[in-house]
Amino acid sequence: MLLRLVPQETKINFLGMRKVAAVFSILLIIGSMALFAVNSLNYGIDFEGGIEVEFGYEDQLVDIGAIRAVVEPLGMGDVSIKSVDNGSSALIRIERQPGDEEAQTAATERVREAFAAAMPDIEYRQGNIIGPVVSGELKRDGIIAVSVAVIMVLIYIWFRFEWQFGLGAVIALVHDVLLTIGFFALTRLDFNLSIIAALLTIVGYSLNDTVVVYDRVRENIRKYRKMEMQDVLNLSLNQTLSRTVMTSVTTLLALLALFFLGGDVIQGFTAAMIWGVVVGTYSSIFVASPLLMFFKIRREAMILDEDDKDPTVDKSRPSQFGQF
Amino acid sequence: MLNFPRWKVIMIAFVCLYGITTALPNFLPENNRNSLPGFMPSQTLSLGLDLRGGVNLLFAAQTDDVIKARLENLEDQVRDISRTEARRRDIPRAERVLFADYRKGDTSVTMRLQNPDQAERARQLLLPLTQTTVGATNPVLGGGVQEVTLDRDEAIFTLSLTEQGIVVQQRDAISRAMEVIRRRVDPDGTKEITLQPQGNDRIILEVPGASDPAEIKAVVGETARLSFHDVVQGLSQDDIARGRVGAGAEAAPFRDGGAIVIKSREIVSGDDLTDAKPSYDQNGQPVVQFSFNLTGAKRFGTHTANNVGRPFAIKLDDTVISAPTINGPILGGSGIITGVGNIEEVNRLATQLKSGALPVELTVLTERLIGPGVGADNIEAGSLAAIVGFVAVIIYMIVSYGRFGLAANVALITNLILITGTLSLFQATLTLPGIAGIVLTIGMAVDANVLIFERIREEQRTGAKPFQAMERGYGQAFSTIMDANITTFIAAAILYFLGTGPVQGFAVTLAIGILTSMFTAVVLTRFILASWLKRARWATLPI
Repeated sequence: MLLRLVPQETKINFLGMRKVAAVFSILLIIGSMALFAVNSLNYGIDFEGGIEVEFGYEDQLVDIGAIRAVVEPLGMGDVSIKSVDNGSSALIRIERQPGDEEAQTAATERVREAFAAAMPDIEYRQGNIIGPVVSGELKRDGIIAVSVAVIMVLIYIWFRFEWQFGLGAVIALVHDVLLTIGFFALTRLDFNLSIIAALLTIVGYSLNDTVVVYDRVRENIRKYRKMEMQDVLNLSLNQTLSRTVMTSVTTLLALLALFFLGGDVIQGFTAAMIWGVVVGTYSSIFVASPLLMFFKIRREAMILDEDDKDPTVDKSRPSQFGQF
Repeated sequence: MLNFPRWKVIMIAFVCLYGITTALPNFLPENNRNSLPGFMPSQTLSLGLDLRGGVNLLFAAQTDDVIKARLENLEDQVRDISRTEARRRDIPRAERVLFADYRKGDTSVTMRLQNPDQAERARQLLLPLTQTTVGATNPVLGGGVQEVTLDRDEAIFTLSLTEQGIVVQQRDAISRAMEVIRRRVDPDGTKEITLQPQGNDRIILEVPGASDPAEIKAVVGETARLSFHDVVQGLSQDDIARGRVGAGAEAAPFRDGGAIVIKSREIVSGDDLTDAKPSYDQNGQPVVQFSFNLTGAKRFGTHTANNVGRPFAIKLDDTVISAPTINGPILGGSGIITGVGNIEEVNRLATQLKSGALPVELTVLTERLIGPGVGADNIEAGSLAAIVGFVAVIIYMIVSYGRFGLAANVALITNLILITGTLSLFQATLTLPGIAGIVLTIGMAVDANVLIFERIREEQRTGAKPFQAMERGYGQAFSTIMDANITTFIAAAILYFLGTGPVQGFAVTLAIGILTSMFTAVVLTRFILASWLKRARWATLPI
């Protein structure tokens, strides 16, 4: 007996919930933006510049209080100390020192000397020093990367479907990205370079989901010419539901393994991804699809397009990429 | 469609073989790896710094200095022309080409011709300065780009560096600087360091296994331009302080404080050194011992022979290290530099001198250290997560799709082998985010199979026969799979082109994973299931 998370045939009226979903999504977006405005993001040193060093022992716990007593007298402004690696290391983050690149490295040297004097046994395990020039560039490049990705995707979907689909997919994407930013504003997780990678992967994943549903919608529009749009959308969502759940679960299984076992470095990244998978799945069902109704697809155009190419429309749609 | 012509079977076998041969070296101990026949690839995965530990430094090169120096050099050449003209006795003064009012801009030098009616001859004299080309010169085709252009506005002449010329010079300076860094950091060539230019004025240096960024910075550190100068004597401290040092001379700070006045002209420079090594003098003090090449030895010999009893200054970058008195002619072309410091500093200076001076000044923009223990921890955590995620997905697929899940799992394992092989073959760097990319690919690769299998189930529910259901399932799902993968690929490509370091590592594995999964999830599973179907002749598909 094979496991089925979703019964064979479902008849859930997803589109019937579209008003509730719309209100829910808008509230979440407003909430995210408000959190972002109030809390801002906990930018990592990639974007802020500054110093991040890790001192620790091979097999001994560090005393965070003692570490603080070493670092604070140096008077380097905002310092945060966090225990990592099951308590055997302390991750110390120091705000960007006034001055240029050299001021950062000089400050790091002072920290190292202070530790060498106070705790001769402790090991300098990791360091990351980012000067003001590069941090500014990274911030700019990150924003460019996410924007370019969204635009490219819009162009691709537009080219493959109708413009309504492209717009629907991109609004769903922006929805996901905004909610993820809200998630980071809420949790105060470190927002660093790898989170930009996560954001772009979320863009890819969410789109993947949306495209699968859209593909089915297009197919059904051609197959059931007399059916109401709402019913076509509902049918498509129900037909793909089993796949949607299945894929989300497998991806989440892999991500959860990374989150719990992958170590501190990629924890923020995987947290973002897990959130993104959940939000992306939600948005392809409750945002991307209802938007198609809202934008009023010209069904005639789609059917005519198809008729031009292939007079026997009743046959199953031939793949547009040919076959392997 | 479920019938596979022979060429397709051969293709599938070929791709699998490719995966196995390229991934194989990673699973062999080193001595077996070296005895592989020559036609087999022997590269293993190249691990990123976050997995093996080490130091990563991003340098900014002051390439403006190169341009400034070039402009100074241009101005000197024009002054030379003017000076030669001034000395000419064969033509009347009014006909000589004399320049004045030299002005340097960011990328140009302007000067005024004193007697404007000589403009044409001035142009003729300046023209040779524009004949230089820089860049890749091909012995047959010439090649290279024009470096300098000449413009005239009435009596004002302008020599400007072309934009292309500037870029070529900057790149050239960067690549020379990289060579110098390599010789300084890794004189024996055993450390597997990587040096990479970034943009027109940056250099990334990675030293695997290193644990002290400060040490590496110190070695790369200074420009280490060495020069020997004549010393101007008999000036009071008051004169020096007021800058009254006379023409052709300058005050240079002493390393241990104070200042000394030296002639600006170099007797010999570090360019003429052939060797430098640490040693001890007769008092047991650490010194740098150096030898000159023939030109250097001759010049140094002549100067010392003519100036016995007078001091000369040894200048390193902007400071004078020492100013010993010449006891007798030094004709052998070698000597020692005292007063450098302790043995560590002597060692460092010797390495720097031997590697030549840096053509540009470098500043450190970012600095990253990953201790060796941390690297090992990262590998451990990353592979554990990958394995657990992998096993979870495999079990889930079998539980959900039975035999079909099994076929998908074979595809998944093949996919992992293909990714490993491709990464090894192209020597793409595997980073921790890269491992995350692979894990994510596992999740996404399964998606293609889920799409196909769900479609097969649907077809079977609507009454299709096994053969038909399979065929339609694969056919209908294919375009969806393409769309989904292309969009993810777009995101990966953008990440690669706009990202840096670890983010690029993630993008590379994600992109490779998408490509290989298209093969394994679509072609390979169909092949497996079709062979199965033909043999078993199920009445209904066990899915």
